[in-house]
Amino acid sequence: MTGKTLYDKIWDAHLVDQAEDGTCLIYIDRHLVHEVTSPQAFEGLRMTGRKVRAPEKTIAVPDHNVPTTLDREKGIENEESRIQVEALDRNARDFGINYYPVSDIRQGIVHIIGPEQGWTLPGMTIVCGDSHTATHGAFGALAHGIGTSEVEHVLATQTLIQKKSKNMKVEITGTLPPGVTAKDITLSVIGQTGTAGGTGYVIEYCGEAIRALSMEGRMTVCNMAIEGGARAGLIAPDEKTFDYVKGRPHAPKGAQWEAALAWWKTLKSDDDAHWDKVVTIRAEDIAPVVTWGTSPEDVLPITGVVPAPEDFQGGKVEAARRSLDYMGLTPGTPLNEIKVDAVFIGSCTNGRIEDLRAAAEILKGRKLAEGVRGMVVPGSGLVRAQAEEEGLDKVFTEAGFEWRLAGCSMCLGMNPDQLAPGERCAATSNRNFEGRMGRGGRTHLMSPVMAAAAAITGHLTDVRELMAETV
Amino acid sequence: MEKFEKLTGIAAPLPLVNVDTDMIIPKQFLKTIKREGLGVNLFDEMRYDENGNEKPGFVLNQPAWREAQILVAGDNFGCGSSREHAPWAIKDFGIRCVIAPGFADIFFNNCFKNGILPIVLPQEKVDILMKDAEKGANARMSVDLENQVITTSDGEEIAFEVDPFRKHCLLEGLDDIGLTLEKATAIDGFESRMAQERPWV
Repeated sequence: MTGKTLYDKIWDAHLVDQAEDGTCLIYIDRHLVHEVTSPQAFEGLRMTGRKVRAPEKTIAVPDHNVPTTLDREKGIENEESRIQVEALDRNARDFGINYYPVSDIRQGIVHIIGPEQGWTLPGMTIVCGDSHTATHGAFGALAHGIGTSEVEHVLATQTLIQKKSKNMKVEITGTLPPGVTAKDITLSVIGQTGTAGGTGYVIEYCGEAIRALSMEGRMTVCNMAIEGGARAGLIAPDEKTFDYVKGRPHAPKGAQWEAALAWWKTLKSDDDAHWDKVVTIRAEDIAPVVTWGTSPEDVLPITGVVPAPEDFQGGKVEAARRSLDYMGLTPGTPLNEIKVDAVFIGSCTNGRIEDLRAAAEILKGRKLAEGVRGMVVPGSGLVRAQAEEEGLDKVFTEAGFEWRLAGCSMCLGMNPDQLAPGERCAATSNRNFEGRMGRGGRTHLMSPVMAAAAAITGHLTDVRELMAETV
Repeated sequence: MEKFEKLTGIAAPLPLVNVDTDMIIPKQFLKTIKREGLGVNLFDEMRYDENGNEKPGFVLNQPAWREAQILVAGDNFGCGSSREHAPWAIKDFGIRCVIAPGFADIFFNNCFKNGILPIVLPQEKVDILMKDAEKGANARMSVDLENQVITTSDGEEIAFEVDPFRKHCLLEGLDDIGLTLEKATAIDGFESRMAQERPWV
């Protein structure tokens, strides 16, 4: 008999029921909820007189609409945004679920606070009405986004109707060169496999370079599994995972910790497990990358040039033409000559403490280029507090950045943090879609150190050049 | 949920790959707490200029396709966010069936929850349907879910696959939650077993 993958093991451990046609009912251990994709689900419960089946396993936080300016206790100016956040306040209260309101220092982006508070644990099934739920896969949890109908389904039944996905292994061998980060890994994988390369699969990331990443780095990698089309991304838990989890407010303690640990240590793919697809990349071949277009697969090393539509095939030719037009770029332009107007550091991809440390390390003693605006939005109130304790806020403000309160912010621009039409931004977020950060706004995705480098020079820049200067 | 049995109508061609959910319904329309009313903002930034005027070049603004009920699109349709506002907007516009070489996973799931049938076909079959859709208002396509077949305006038949459980739910207009609640005993049993085996959860 062939062995099992980590995904197989977690799946089997949560199987409630299986129909003859393979349709399964899967138990959900943690349900994370935010204000944008949940109001209609709670409304559905009210209309049918249903309750939340497991309020103690349901955790809610407002993040997408919240202002990140320092005066946010004044309330939300935009009426629709305010109504949506107030609806979550009311739903959390009425249905008795765990809640971190805007005023709570623990408030932040849902995918940052789940791990931070110890709600996210290895071997769990975790869902949220948000595609970046894949983030939690960094702990060896099966975590993915769902739509609002499924949010209602999980609220009412604590289960989800699912068909099993296929298994895909992405192995990153060797050691990352200096200046190359978890973000470059995850973007490079998408650049190679395409935004539909993972469709129908759950990806397990493995290999020496993945093992060497911190938990923060692993979260960055798994966060963008969805951008590669995969249902979820997973990394087998190890000592780093256990160390990160231990002592967190909702992590198990005492005898339960020991029992949990014993099970968690079994959570890895067997050597003889079957993989439906395997991708192997040498860490040494990964360079600091940026995106040039309006799909996360439009990835190139910073040393490259803007491609031409004719460099592609099939439907991608027209898509590339449209992207270049939207992005205002001419084929053949060296990427490092592209000027930026704004720099955004934050999001569920790169809004954790390590991301802020990395960006600050590059920015220390340096200034934002003339005419460039910079914004740092910590992923949670606690990340912000930690950064301030370490003096990182001073580095950012002295460089000329705005130091904001926690939220999703400019990553999707549901709050007032948006790009103006034509404004070009170096961003640590996850999507460069048309209009994503503001109608007409142009987004180049990259790592926190690359965003910091662009901030200093005013154009896309190979961070390794600035690192050489520091040495 | 509204049933889906057989649909005959105008198909709109949208031959773009990687149409993402931000294109289908931009973020400013996610602030609603309702499911209805999003059709007017479907493909908002492709459909209207900054002043809210229709862009005449966009397919759904052209007289032939304003009443489209079927959309024929490029690969990886619906990629990006999990927003169910995307299928809500499509349905509210009046489109009940989307045909493409591939769909993003969450969007694909979300369609079935809203009485929309997403159909995956090989590129060469989609190309045939795309050509048919380009003919405009006089060329009506029909989609028969029971028999799993699409008929072009020329009478050419193209068979398609659909998951049997999802087909059943669409044909009957079934509510998933109601179906799952029939399995409450199994869920109770699982929870009591887990209280012993993994009490920390």
